[in-house]
Amino acid sequence: MEVGTALVNVALLSMLFVIALGIVRMRSLFAIVMMSGVYSLVSAAWFVALDAVDVAFTEAAVGAGISTALMLGAMLLTSRRAKVEPRLINVASLIVCLATGAVLIYATIDLPAVGDPLAPANAYVGAEYLERVEADTGVPNVVTAVLASYRGFDTLGETAVIFTAGIAVALLLGFGERSLSDQTNKKRGPRS
Amino acid sequence: MTDHHVILRVVSKFLIPIIAVYAFYVQFHGDYGPGGGFQAGVILAVSVILYALIFGIAEALTAIPAVFARGLAGVGVLLYAGVGLWTIANGGNYLDYDFLVDEPPGGHAGQHLGILLIELGVLFTVAGSMLTVFYAFAGRVTEIRDEDW
Repeated sequence: MEVGTALVNVALLSMLFVIALGIVRMRSLFAIVMMSGVYSLVSAAWFVALDAVDVAFTEAAVGAGISTALMLGAMLLTSRRAKVEPRLINVASLIVCLATGAVLIYATIDLPAVGDPLAPANAYVGAEYLERVEADTGVPNVVTAVLASYRGFDTLGETAVIFTAGIAVALLLGFGERSLSDQTNKKRGPRS
Repeated sequence: MTDHHVILRVVSKFLIPIIAVYAFYVQFHGDYGPGGGFQAGVILAVSVILYALIFGIAEALTAIPAVFARGLAGVGVLLYAGVGLWTIANGGNYLDYDFLVDEPPGGHAGQHLGILLIELGVLFTVAGSMLTVFYAFAGRVTEIRDEDW
């Protein structure tokens, strides 16, 4: 990896670390929601640095965009500040965290380098898709071709899941019209 | 309505149409660049949610009623599944877009049409579901109070 790319990666990852620390220490929920949006945006920038533009785009749209807006909406239903917890150090959870972290870092030693053409993710099915996509679908963006054409079933399932989630939330919380009907009538008068 | 958020209102009035148009760019450019139905649907929903956050939920509900949002979500899934049934009716497998259009082997018109239609279904479902979720949450508080900003 070039020095420049490595520097960008280190800078973005340390920004993510700092933001995460900030979120943990904050108590104002409004600020926390905004900071998690910033976290998503920085992750999206990092995905771009890793050449995963489609993932980056999704992260920016979903993580920084709609999640922030939905969290703002959810936050309005609760209090504005998190409850202040006494700062205690729980030895057991500290050990579990450190051990899990150590295991994960140990596991990364076996991972192939980013962009390694012989890595399993790039070698077998991935290479097959890249070879055949032009002849099969004529779609230049391989990600779209795989998502919508080769794996149309998967995407249909995902779409159904999103639909189900939306309807389930609406059934649990109400469709949002009832509580507003009197408010709307009140507002109509002076404005129109 | 308070008017000391005047900058916010003016800027968002300018930005919201651009966000909505950008969603459609992402939608129809998904074959060539990053993006597609999921991202476009989310961006489209965000443009309405931004409007709701700044101008009030009631205003947004008159522009895009909640029943329209959840209807859109259902129509999206039906459109996607319907494309599959269409390919079966034309003699192919479920969601085998090559059978959408009668064309010589090696032609890609069917693939393009199929991807366009199912991405449209994804756009409808994602935008509709996200708005439904937002309305469900936000429909309980009509406006962001001043001390919240």
